[in-house]
Amino acid sequence: MSGSATARHRELGLTDAEYEGICDRLEREPNAVELAVFSLMWSEHCAYKHSRKLLRELPTEGPYLLMGPGENAGVVDVGDGLAVAFKVESHNHPSAVEPFQGAATGVGGILRDVFAVGARPIAVLDSLRFGELDSARSRYLFDWAVKGIGHYGNSVGVPTVGGELYFEAAYEQNCLVNAMCVGIARREQLIRSAAAGRGNLVVLLGARTGRDGIGGASVLASAELSEEDASKRPSVQIGDPFEESKLIECCLELLERGALAALQDLGAAGLSSSSSEMAAKGRVGIDLDVSRVPLREADMEPFEIMISESQERMLCVVEPGRLDELLEVCERWDVRATPIGSVTGTRRLRVFDGDEPVADMPVRALVDDSPLYDLEPEQPSEPLYPEPPLRLAADARAEETLLALLASPNVASKRFAFEQYDSIVGSRTARRPHQADAALLMLERDGGSGALAVSIDGNGRRAACDPYTGAAEAVLECASNLACVGAEPLGLTNCLNFGNPERPHIAWQLTRAVHGLRDACLALGVPVVGGNVSLYNEGGEGPIYPTPIVGMVGKLPDPAAAPRLGFAEEGHTLALVGPFAPALEGSELEKLRGRLARGLPRVDLQAHADALVRLRAAVREGRLATVHDISEGGLACALAECCIAGMLGARVSAAAAGEAELFGEGPGGVLIAGPPEAVDAVEGAEVIGTVGGDALEITGVLHVPVAELTRAYEGAIPGALAA
Amino acid sequence: MKFGVVRFPGSCDEIDALLACRRFGDAELLWHKERDLGGVDAVVVPGGFSYGDYLRAGAIARFSPLMEAVIDFARAGGPVLGICNGFQVLCEAGLLPGALLPNRSLRFVCRQVQVLVENPDTPFTRACEKGDLLSVPVKHTTGRYYAPGILEEQVVLRYAPGQNPNGAQDDIAGVCNIEGNVLGLMPHPEHAVNPLTGSSDGSRLFESVAVPEAPASAERAGVGVVPAA
Repeated sequence: MSGSATARHRELGLTDAEYEGICDRLEREPNAVELAVFSLMWSEHCAYKHSRKLLRELPTEGPYLLMGPGENAGVVDVGDGLAVAFKVESHNHPSAVEPFQGAATGVGGILRDVFAVGARPIAVLDSLRFGELDSARSRYLFDWAVKGIGHYGNSVGVPTVGGELYFEAAYEQNCLVNAMCVGIARREQLIRSAAAGRGNLVVLLGARTGRDGIGGASVLASAELSEEDASKRPSVQIGDPFEESKLIECCLELLERGALAALQDLGAAGLSSSSSEMAAKGRVGIDLDVSRVPLREADMEPFEIMISESQERMLCVVEPGRLDELLEVCERWDVRATPIGSVTGTRRLRVFDGDEPVADMPVRALVDDSPLYDLEPEQPSEPLYPEPPLRLAADARAEETLLALLASPNVASKRFAFEQYDSIVGSRTARRPHQADAALLMLERDGGSGALAVSIDGNGRRAACDPYTGAAEAVLECASNLACVGAEPLGLTNCLNFGNPERPHIAWQLTRAVHGLRDACLALGVPVVGGNVSLYNEGGEGPIYPTPIVGMVGKLPDPAAAPRLGFAEEGHTLALVGPFAPALEGSELEKLRGRLARGLPRVDLQAHADALVRLRAAVREGRLATVHDISEGGLACALAECCIAGMLGARVSAAAAGEAELFGEGPGGVLIAGPPEAVDAVEGAEVIGTVGGDALEITGVLHVPVAELTRAYEGAIPGALAA
Repeated sequence: MKFGVVRFPGSCDEIDALLACRRFGDAELLWHKERDLGGVDAVVVPGGFSYGDYLRAGAIARFSPLMEAVIDFARAGGPVLGICNGFQVLCEAGLLPGALLPNRSLRFVCRQVQVLVENPDTPFTRACEKGDLLSVPVKHTTGRYYAPGILEEQVVLRYAPGQNPNGAQDDIAGVCNIEGNVLGLMPHPEHAVNPLTGSSDGSRLFESVAVPEAPASAERAGVGVVPAA
């Protein structure tokens, strides 16, 4: 091994042992192009070196599954010949370095994953984590990440219909931006990414290739953040939603005509990963000529062309006889299309610069035979995270506590963010943000029936208290959001955001969280259809909270029968349903009091799963006007949210209105309201009051006008940003 | 009655507009590279980000081949409805007075608003009465209407008091040309044609164009003019 090569591979993020492994597989030393390609393909981001073994434990089979993990996005059957594709993916480190483009290209990337399987993107949801809003850095990252998501999603004409947003000091340096996309397709229009047909042409579609995003997957996504991150800005890609919107229409038209043999997006590691993954799945080889790739800058080196992460590009395989048709469709949409290679039988990725060979690697070594590492989990004996600062005195009155919770940015209205997103384009959105616990997307215009319900959730602080239960609760929370609108879950996607897995305590968090996800999925009978892992999320002050994010898609027969979360009518009966055992551990109130629990109460997953089935059946009766799941801030905050959304008060008699009952958290509790006979008909409903008046009154405990609740709830985030 | 809905690259709401039009008549998409309107009776220029709108909203679209035909059609009295980006394009094309500036907040805003019908004497509002309140969503970054010296009768729609989402001059949400056959508005009536998606008040605009007019207003509305090919 030469000295210079040693230095070079380390710069590229490869260990000495990994370098040896490359030499073994090539039976020689790699040249500069090959080393660059391997460094990306063997990065944590592309190879899942530390998580792949663990992820095999997740259940991936289900009655509605059409395509599972391994494809660009998971796909489930929604009846009427329609299929729904969805996936969530992180863009954390790019967003921490340059929040606008980082978040924007996060949206662009997940859209491409979905239309790469032949589905038209119909919704985006996002899951965001920042430091506390009293930090100028966090305000900057939050403000610009929201703008970036809006910029891309709005311009490309895909509605952003939901999301979630938390602020915790643990995300101060390393914010999280996870984006989920949902797409719809006729079943026969689905396409896989496996390259097929020796002699078929490999065609690059979309934008020119530039130097943006060189090394994004290895330099940014697979290393911890540090002080010098400003110098990594050139590793962040620049998004062009206009190019993407043309690319979407063009690819969908090509698929409708059946003109393509395979399709794959260019994401992390650019041409290297897209070509080698297509070849690996198809058990074929691919020859590429980088001199044919349209460039933004004329003097790019072959290795740069191979690893550039320039956005808005797709790679497809087409039979030679259909190339003219492909070029014609691309011309119509003003989308650049360039044949850059062909499918071979060699099972090698061979790269040429004109006639000159510049790389020759076995596909298997790049994709399936990358190194795998065992985690070495060890439960920490000391707390990993500092306690949050005290923000509310222990002797605060109930009214004061309620208003403080409503004004806490984790509970407060997220209107500031969601009003910056087009949530209605596409004419499918039957429930927008703040109208119900899950967004509803009608299928009528796609030739289907009923509606999809979609939700994304996760609570890093609870997972920090207890990674197993916190992760399981994220699954339950999504399923509960779906049940609140009467939807049956069809599948879920997850994004696992964690710190450095080489540290035993992080390995322990990751392992426990995956087990929590697994057990909750098994209890609910919902498969994991795909997902993403983002590791090395650490700043100078330590790891982020372990943050498993769950996105879930469900279906309901009749969107017109779906309840809303706001109170609807004076005189409606108000009741509590579900196996709710609220506790202060891990609650928002505990945070405001400057504490972070170690451990959460055990959750009987099967009991919760069964309760959700009953809730869904009750909602589908169509007689409940209001259904809202109790989450952050507990029962009192859930009641307040129903009041605010419906601009109506409620009188609640709470027999045992202790602090834990009012503000404690835990899965399983759901508020329902409707005509008395409708509520009485719900099995196990415990009537707690009546809707009406202009204040939220809990007998003997608190009385707050709805206008005051609204001020606290709506004013908090805009107020924090204006400060 | 046949609507033509313009499709530029980067249009976002053209299918929504098409579906809305089809509730009241025939409708087809008109491709930006064409120079022929295919005999449609009314043109809708939809929302979105035509040609990416990286220069200035509507500034490139105004020069597309299809817009030449739309301009001729409008000058000949044909009814033309510009929604959001379509409004911006019509201003850029000189078919409507004034300009749309970035919102005061400098942010995109997506929100249901109430708009007040000020002028029911246009081909697009004749199914309304003056003073009707319509619930219609807005969603834009560049919607602050500015037109010094605009005539009051050209103001067709106003945001209800306290509902102005962008800082538009005099709460103006929609304006027409002097002849009354070209209407531009920032709110999205095509996203208010179904109570399940929020409201059906926007239907009134499409209905106004589609339903045969009362004889009294026949001359004024200018329907039936042969579009220039």
